[in-house]
Amino acid sequence: MRYLDKTVVGLSIVFVALVFADFFMAEWMRFIGLQSLARGAVALGLLVLWRTGLVSFGHALYFGFGAYAAAMLTLIGYHDAFLLVFAGTLSAGVLAFFLGFLLRRYRAIFFALLNMAFSMILYGVIVKTEELGSTDGFSVLTPTFLGYAPEGEAVQTTLFLFTLCFTYIITVGVHLYMKTTLGSMSMAVRENEIRVEYLGYSAEKVIHVKYVFSGLVAGFGGAIMALAVGQVDPDSMANWNVSGEFVFITILSGIGNVGATFIGAFVFELIRTYAFEYAPQIWQFILGGSLLAIIMFLPDGIWSLFSRFRKSEG
Amino acid sequence: MNIYKRSGRATLLATGLAAAVSLTAGIANAADEVIMAVPTFLTGAGAPAFGVPARNGAEVIIEAINKGTLPAPYDKSGKGLAGRQIKALIYDESGGGAKQVTEFRNKVQRQNVDLFVGYISSGTCAAITPVAEELKMLTIFPICGTPRIFEEINKNPKYVFRTMGHATADGVAEAHYVKANMPGVKGYTGINQNYAWGQDSWRDFDLAMKQLMPGVPASDKAQWPKIFSGQYGTEISALMLSKEPLVHNSMWGGDLEAFIFQGAARGLFRKKKLLFSVADTSVYRLGKKVPTGVILGARGPYGIFAANVDTPLNNWFRKVYIDRYSVPPVGGSYQAAQGVLAAKYAYDKAAGMNGGKFPSKDQVIAALEGATYQGLAAKVHMNRSNGHQAATIHQIGILEWDKEAGEPIMTKVTTFPADCVMPPPGVNGTEWLKGGMKGAKC
Repeated sequence: MRYLDKTVVGLSIVFVALVFADFFMAEWMRFIGLQSLARGAVALGLLVLWRTGLVSFGHALYFGFGAYAAAMLTLIGYHDAFLLVFAGTLSAGVLAFFLGFLLRRYRAIFFALLNMAFSMILYGVIVKTEELGSTDGFSVLTPTFLGYAPEGEAVQTTLFLFTLCFTYIITVGVHLYMKTTLGSMSMAVRENEIRVEYLGYSAEKVIHVKYVFSGLVAGFGGAIMALAVGQVDPDSMANWNVSGEFVFITILSGIGNVGATFIGAFVFELIRTYAFEYAPQIWQFILGGSLLAIIMFLPDGIWSLFSRFRKSEG
Repeated sequence: MNIYKRSGRATLLATGLAAAVSLTAGIANAADEVIMAVPTFLTGAGAPAFGVPARNGAEVIIEAINKGTLPAPYDKSGKGLAGRQIKALIYDESGGGAKQVTEFRNKVQRQNVDLFVGYISSGTCAAITPVAEELKMLTIFPICGTPRIFEEINKNPKYVFRTMGHATADGVAEAHYVKANMPGVKGYTGINQNYAWGQDSWRDFDLAMKQLMPGVPASDKAQWPKIFSGQYGTEISALMLSKEPLVHNSMWGGDLEAFIFQGAARGLFRKKKLLFSVADTSVYRLGKKVPTGVILGARGPYGIFAANVDTPLNNWFRKVYIDRYSVPPVGGSYQAAQGVLAAKYAYDKAAGMNGGKFPSKDQVIAALEGATYQGLAAKVHMNRSNGHQAATIHQIGILEWDKEAGEPIMTKVTTFPADCVMPPPGVNGTEWLKGGMKGAKC
């Protein structure tokens, strides 16, 4: 029972509900759902970093790296979703592991911008590589799932189910991890690094672990996105404004709860979809305006609505 | 106990979320209209050069279709598409492939769009093609440069069409023009933006030159400025010092204009012969500041090249467009209009074959496949890639300033037949270029 707190129960119920909803959802809504899960996963990584007091303006690096790693495997004939997503996740994690040795030494704006610098290096490399389609990118064929090759609407249904399962495992895993000693170290590092060191823990190591984790989930999100969209291109996978979107989602969600990132990502997609439809020339303005409104009226993100509700009830 | 109480709240939350997610609100499609989605760049760098002129061109044609005021040869087929009014959903193409795929699905499934006429960037078209085929959505790309759409991404299209020639035609036409007009040229170099369009443009021009003028060397120091960099001081210095007299340039929009201002100030256009492959988008914006004597293309017989095409359709289009937007239509306006005309042609023809009744999607597709219809500037032959890829004549000329009329004009224009500049049906563009352009009829 120790692990069965209300967040886990809540996540499990939502998980089951979404598994059923998968078969009834409108296609466009399922697609938005898929994107929300992919982007939410990246925001989950950012949430872990944020709790440690770090903001990254460059997680499109791992998102793009995961997406391209998965997509490039399809170029050489591998189409299994399990393999592609695993490869995308792992390669982004490995990259984060190596870059982590440098990045863990920096804090605040230096950390944020150094991440951005690395992500723009990846962007530059992709743009200069004509074999990978440069800015046009290249298409990713429909994946198979352990030999099962869905067609038509079943592709999205299966992919959604696939993504949902992994996202559920990751999210619950993160939630439980945050409750362990090492996980709780996040706040400690944020509040007072020197004390952490005096207690005998290495703050840099704590940060490194979180960083690798954030790289892994961002790679996961990227690989899912590549499969969902069926196309990878640097402007929607690796550019700085993609990193900005992730930070946007994290601010929108707040760092109160792991589940919040997915709600944030979903709300972000909805705002964008409707802004696109009703204000095609000024949709960026609406996105920016809603971010401003969130910062002014809900500084702790959407999740604070839930906490308020709980408080008033209590 | 506590857990139950709390999980009760969670259930509430979950049910609410699931309910929101399962929303299947589709907007009912009025029976008497055709919903046409028109994605084009409304924001960002692509908007002023391509997106907005394209939107304007499409708007002029859509309005005329709805009112039934199109001149010949479209004056006999009545109002609308096969009698139904067009409801146009014009929206923004910016944000990259992933976002556009999302929007495409939204428009198809939530807003019940009947057809798409749009997309400018090759990257978006590449991302949309597989989805359009998956969702069985009639999609007409009026612009998009890359030959990869039907050469790699989908070799057997059923629902996707492109109503203008692809980028291979530009490189080939330019090389033919150079061969005919600068036979003694000692070499060529280039300055192209370092992204897909710039890289493809240079590659095709270079390959075509190697075939048509094998003795003329290409510079190995072609310049590759970053897209949207806006500062070309070092590149212009390098070009001034290079020994090649001819410079290939596929820039557009703000980059192109910045390059022209900076190059003109340093006398680049007096010292070197410039070949601009898509600079027609900026000629009217630059006005008197256009560099004269440069070789210019418009990705076909569009924009400034069509200024003197004396047909009722073209004269009407130019007049309405200029009256309304106070600037002459550029390449993008013509190309987008040509895409909308394809829909008009196909729906009306399909209705004719259907005994005057409103046609099904398959009938519209059958009507457009392999068709030849009248565009604003030239006839459009849908005779490549199983009748889904268009080929048209292509034009290249020299840009001059007409003092009397006070506007830029094209001189020494050469018109190339479609079969001279486009690879024959079923042949990959790059391989065709490398193999010596076999089967070209010039």
